[in-house]
Amino acid sequence: MTRPQHLLSVADLGVDGIAEVLRVAESFAEVERRSVPKVPTLRGKVVATLFFEESTRTRLSFETAAKRLSADVLSLAVASSSVKKGESLRDTVETVEALGIDALIIRHSSSGAPHQVARWATRARVVNAGDGWHEHPTQALIDCFTVRQVLAERKGAAPEDLGIDCFEGLRILIVGDIRHSRVARSEVLAYSELGATVTLAGPGSLLPASLEGWPVTVAPDLDAALGDADVVSLLRLQAERGSGSFVPSLREYTAGWGLTNRRVELLREDAIVTHPGPMVRGVEIASDVADLPRSVITQQVTNGVAVRMAILFLLLGGEWSGADPRG
Amino acid sequence: MADVTRTEGTTPHAPVVIRGGSVVGPEGFRRADVALAGGVVVAVEETIAAPSDARLLDARGCLVGPGLVDLHTHLRQPGREEAETVESGARAAALGGYTALVAMPNTEPAIDSAGVARDVLVLGRGALAEVAVAGSITVGRAGKALAPMGELAALGVHIFTDDGAGVQDGALMRRALDYAKGLGVTLAQHCEDDCLSGGGAMHEGCWSSRLGLPGIPAAAEESMVARDIQLVRLTGAPVHFLHLSTAGSVELVRQAKREGLPVTAEAAPHHMLLTHAEVAGYDPVFKVNPPLRAESDVIAVIEGLRDGTIDAIATDHAPHAPESKDVPFDQAPPGMLGLQTALPIAWQVLSPTLAPERIFALMSAAPAAIARLTRTDPRPAGHSAQGGPLEVGAAANICVFDPSATTVVDPTRLASRSRNTPYAGRTFTGAVRHTILRGEPVVIDAVAQR
Repeated sequence: MTRPQHLLSVADLGVDGIAEVLRVAESFAEVERRSVPKVPTLRGKVVATLFFEESTRTRLSFETAAKRLSADVLSLAVASSSVKKGESLRDTVETVEALGIDALIIRHSSSGAPHQVARWATRARVVNAGDGWHEHPTQALIDCFTVRQVLAERKGAAPEDLGIDCFEGLRILIVGDIRHSRVARSEVLAYSELGATVTLAGPGSLLPASLEGWPVTVAPDLDAALGDADVVSLLRLQAERGSGSFVPSLREYTAGWGLTNRRVELLREDAIVTHPGPMVRGVEIASDVADLPRSVITQQVTNGVAVRMAILFLLLGGEWSGADPRG
Repeated sequence: MADVTRTEGTTPHAPVVIRGGSVVGPEGFRRADVALAGGVVVAVEETIAAPSDARLLDARGCLVGPGLVDLHTHLRQPGREEAETVESGARAAALGGYTALVAMPNTEPAIDSAGVARDVLVLGRGALAEVAVAGSITVGRAGKALAPMGELAALGVHIFTDDGAGVQDGALMRRALDYAKGLGVTLAQHCEDDCLSGGGAMHEGCWSSRLGLPGIPAAAEESMVARDIQLVRLTGAPVHFLHLSTAGSVELVRQAKREGLPVTAEAAPHHMLLTHAEVAGYDPVFKVNPPLRAESDVIAVIEGLRDGTIDAIATDHAPHAPESKDVPFDQAPPGMLGLQTALPIAWQVLSPTLAPERIFALMSAAPAAIARLTRTDPRPAGHSAQGGPLEVGAAANICVFDPSATTVVDPTRLASRSRNTPYAGRTFTGAVRHTILRGEPVVIDAVAQR
C-alpha cells in the first residue's frame, strides 16, 4: 500500500494500514523490553508536539515514542507560547515548521484543526493526537493492539501470528458519552474496518444526533448488551465539554450506564474491558472493576508507546512492505 | 415619463444601444435592441439605428433583463472595512449584474439610527450599484429595545432586520410588528432560535455527527419561522423570511401563503447548490449561517423557488477578511461571498426547469417589490426605479447575461475585499456581460468601467 502522508483519521490507513501499524508496533514492543529500549531508526528527524489542549498520557507517550526512535523532540507548551499573545494557529504551525520539523503531533480542542494544519504544512507529516469530538486515531489503534495482545496471550500464540483475523466477528460494545468522544469515532472506524461488529450504548442525549452511515447498531439496554460483548470500551463522561448537563446527574448516569460491580457480573467470562483514560472511578467504572484482570487499562497505556513508535516510523521513514523497523 | 429624478452620482452619459440580444420581460423574452438616453429606456425595437454618438454594446446571444436587486448584502461598512466597503461591495454587485442592493444593518455600529443610515447612504452615492439600507429592529441588534424605526422610515428605509441573529423575544417581535404595521414597513427575520442552535457550527445531521462538530438542527430555524407566522396571523403585519434553508421552513411558508398571510421569503444561491457534505474537509469557507443543509433541503428550496413559495433569490453576500477564516472551523465567523456568482448559479440550477423570465423575476422584480424599490424615490434613501420591466420610459437599470459563456471563479480576481467564496476553481454556465446603471454602462464585457 502507499504510505499515507498524514494520520488525521483512522480512515487514512484502511485495513492494510491498520494491519501494518499493528505489525510494526509488535516489533517495537520487543524493543521496549530490552535493557536499552532505543533504536536509531529516526536519528536526525525532528518531531514536535503541539498540544493546544491539556493532556498527560498522550503527550508523554508520543514524546517517549519519538525518543526511543532517536528522533529529536520539540515540545510546544501552549500556555507559555506566543499563542497566548494572539498568534494564530496557522502562524504558529508555519513558525514551528520553519524550524525544520519532520512531524507535527497536534492536539486541539477544535474538531478538524489537524486537517487544516495538514493543509498549511509544506513538508511536515501531521499526526492527529485528538481533535475536539472528532477523532483520536492513535488511541483506537492502541485499543486494537491491546485487544489482540490479550487474545494472543490466551491462545498462547504470538500476536503477529493472529494477524487481523482475530477481529473478524469480534463483538465490540462502546459505552457512554459517544456524542462528545473522539475515541469512540476512531474506534468505530478501526474496529469495523477490521471486521468486528460494533454496538453503541449510552443515554440518548449522549449519542450522536445522526448515526446515518455509521457501521454500528445501538443497544437499547446496556444490561442485555453486556452479555453479548467480547470487548467493552468504556468512555469518560466529558464533563469539561459540558456533558454533565446532558444527563440529570452523575448518579443517574452511573446507575444507567456505569460498569458497576453488579453489571460486571453480566459480562462473559472472557470479556475484555478497555478505557482510554483518564477514567473517573465511581462514575463510568466502579473502582473494583477497574482493577479486575479483565480490565486492561494500564496495558493500554504501556502499549501506547509502541503503537506511536510504529506511526512515527511509518510516516517518517519506514517501508510499508514488511521490513524490520528496528534497523 | 422620465423616471430618474435623482441626480447625485450621475453624470450625463452618451446614448447607448444594446444590440442583438433578447429582452426579458415579465411574460417572456423577444429579440430586440434597446436604446438608452438620459438614464431611461428610449426605445425597444427589433432593430434600432444607432445615432452617431451612441455607444454600442454587443448583446448577441445574450439575455437583456432588468438589473438584478439583492435583498441581502453585507457591506461591512462602517466597522469592518478590511473585509468590504460600500464601494467594493457595490463593485462586486455591478459585476454580478446587480443595479441595487439592500445593505444589512449588522455593521459596527449597527444601522439603528438615521445617523448611521445616512452615512452608509452617502457612501453609496456614486457607487457602481444603488445602495439601499435596512435598519435594525432593535437597538444595537441586541434584541432588547426597539430601534427608532420611525426616523429610519422617514429617510426611506423599508426593510428592518436584526439579521445575523433572530429576534429571540417573541413579545418584543410582536411589539415590533405592531409598530412596523403603523409605519408601513416590513420586518425581515433571520430565523434561528439561539437556544436550539447554541454553539452549532454546521447543519446537524450525518456530517456533523461524523465530523464531531456541534450541529444546528433544522428545528432551530423552523421553530422561529413557525412562531413568526403565528405573529403575522396575530398582528396582520408582513414578515419577510430571510435565507430559508430547510424543507420544513419552505413548507411552513407555503402553508402560510396558502392561507393568504402577508409573508414573503428569499433563498440564497448556496442553499440551492451546496450541501453539508462540503464541510468534510473542515474548510471554514463552507461555514455559513444558516448552514449548508442536506440534499433533501436543497431540493425543497429549489421547489420553493419554482412554485412561488420563495419569492426571491438573495445572496447573503458576507465577506470576511482572510485571517478571520484561516482558523479552526468552529472558531470561524459564518458567511460567504455571493454577489458575483449568484446569477450563474441560479441559471445553472433553475434554467433546466424554469423560464428565463422567471429566473430574472426571482432576482429583480420580486426583490425590488419586497424592498419597495420599484418606483423612483427622491428621499435621502432614494433610488431610481428598479426591477424592470424594460419598456420605454423605464429607468435604464439593466443586466446583460450571456447564457452560453462560462464563469470561472478565481477568489483573487473577485471585486470583494475578501476571498471567502466557496466556489473557488468552479465553473458555472452563463456569465454576466454588461451592467447598466441609470443609463451608464458600469460593466462592459465583465469589466468594471470605473
